[in-house]
Amino acid sequence: MANYVIIGNGVAAVGCIEGIREKDTEGKITVISEESHKVYCRPLISYYLEGKTDLKRMEYRAESFYNDMGCEVIYNVTADKIDENAKTVTLSDGNTVSYDKLCVAAGSSPFIPPFEGLDTVEKKFSFLTLDDALAIEKAADKSSRALIIGAGLIGLKCAEGLHGKVAEITVCDLADRVLSSILDNDCAKIVETHLKNNGINLKLSDSAVKFDRNTAFMKSGDKIEFDLLVLAVGVRANSGLVKDAGGEVNRGIIINTRMETSLESVYAAGDCTEGEDVSCGEKRVLALLPNAYMQGHCAGLNMSGGNEVFDKAIPMNSIGFFGLHIMTAGSYYDESKGGTLYEEKGDGTIKRLYTKDGLLTGFILIGNTERAGIYTSLIREKTPLSSVNFELLQKISSTAAFSQENRRKKFGGVV
Amino acid sequence: MKRIYVNEEWCLGCHLCEYNCAFANSGISDMAKALKGKPIFPRIHVEGDERITYAVSCRHCTDPICVKSCIAGAISKQDGVVKIDKDKCVGCLTCVLVCPYGALAPGENGTMQKCELCTQNSCGEPACVKGCPNRAIVFEER
Repeated sequence: MANYVIIGNGVAAVGCIEGIREKDTEGKITVISEESHKVYCRPLISYYLEGKTDLKRMEYRAESFYNDMGCEVIYNVTADKIDENAKTVTLSDGNTVSYDKLCVAAGSSPFIPPFEGLDTVEKKFSFLTLDDALAIEKAADKSSRALIIGAGLIGLKCAEGLHGKVAEITVCDLADRVLSSILDNDCAKIVETHLKNNGINLKLSDSAVKFDRNTAFMKSGDKIEFDLLVLAVGVRANSGLVKDAGGEVNRGIIINTRMETSLESVYAAGDCTEGEDVSCGEKRVLALLPNAYMQGHCAGLNMSGGNEVFDKAIPMNSIGFFGLHIMTAGSYYDESKGGTLYEEKGDGTIKRLYTKDGLLTGFILIGNTERAGIYTSLIREKTPLSSVNFELLQKISSTAAFSQENRRKKFGGVV
Repeated sequence: MKRIYVNEEWCLGCHLCEYNCAFANSGISDMAKALKGKPIFPRIHVEGDERITYAVSCRHCTDPICVKSCIAGAISKQDGVVKIDKDKCVGCLTCVLVCPYGALAPGENGTMQKCELCTQNSCGEPACVKGCPNRAIVFEER
């Protein structure tokens, strides 16, 4: 009987478990969980703060999931060491578990810069886990002034979650715009206006350099008084285990399209990995839930004797703030990078499609996001634009742009 | 399993499927009361251009990317039907970002809805198929 071990208990781990069980209903599966919770929907922690979901509804799988899947979960322990030759994992409680196939789905950790005086701040939090959200919920009240360091996806979702729960929210970032990893200045402006209209104070091109209890001293010389501090500067892939075991690691654990690491019988999936982004052909950390599931699933299938590849990973985000939806995907090749940009601008809306070498490589949609998946699939599938009516697709995301034969397959057959 | 298929050569572009869908999923027994003067949120929509029209609804894919991508664990496949748990859905639109067919859209209250082959309402069989005047939408094994 095969013996599978999964380090991590998030969405990539679930994908892995479900992948294994598609091929092997007998093998032993052991899950190492640092958190004390069953698998939950991490990206929903801001919706939890906001009151749009609750602890029960944000469970990722049914109550009976681990039981149904025949898994043993060891909670409140971390994996400290992988021994590739002995095929064992040493746990923080001193125990050792052995494996035939191992999947590292260890996720990422918040990156906290060494701010001077941070230790004097009483109420400070990260915003990555359910426990973070529960702690913030407990600390926040109607009179609190919240300061969030970092105007990326995590910081801004936290701001939305806190809205209405605290008296004042300020978000600062060293970058000159919000969501700098996915938006350029023009696009970010639309989001910034919308956030400000909803009462979020933004302090861009500025960040804290020093703290003294409830005061943040900013790079600009300003001072900001706050009651609770959220540090959302960024995250780092938890790749240390594989690195220490001699595996290949860059910004994340290097995986191939079968989700194999450079270590024998060791696979990896999710936010801790660095795999190929097919929209640009380069290796990237793609820390997003759909990729975590798909990578985990692929790893699980291969661990149980399959021969699967997952070679369609791209960065993609669907994120909304106060009713304004933003979708982004792929790589942005504009004229300066050898590509072509198609752009439509409206009142508070924007559509940008980036093409290069006859392929759609990326897009940014703000406001109108209808049927965006048609664009996403063109990127993931690397569909030659010569095979579709791209002139029509630029204006409207519709399958009418495909050939009749293609449509017959899509809507007249099993897909 | 039986799925909904379209014959685009036969579609008249009349949009009746959209109204029948919205009515079947309204939970109201009087069609006029359910639809008259209200914006409708059908789970099927007619697409096309001046030459050709056809109705698009969920394909109930063999390997549905929406199920794998849902950040709320709200979409699942049960007995071949891709279903959405509206209680769990938070309206993030990730399913819209990934569906290659453009088959999901938000309902009236912002949570997502999609064709569930009329298994979740009292229609018994897909209302769009039943009401299509030209058999441009069919429900069968292929």
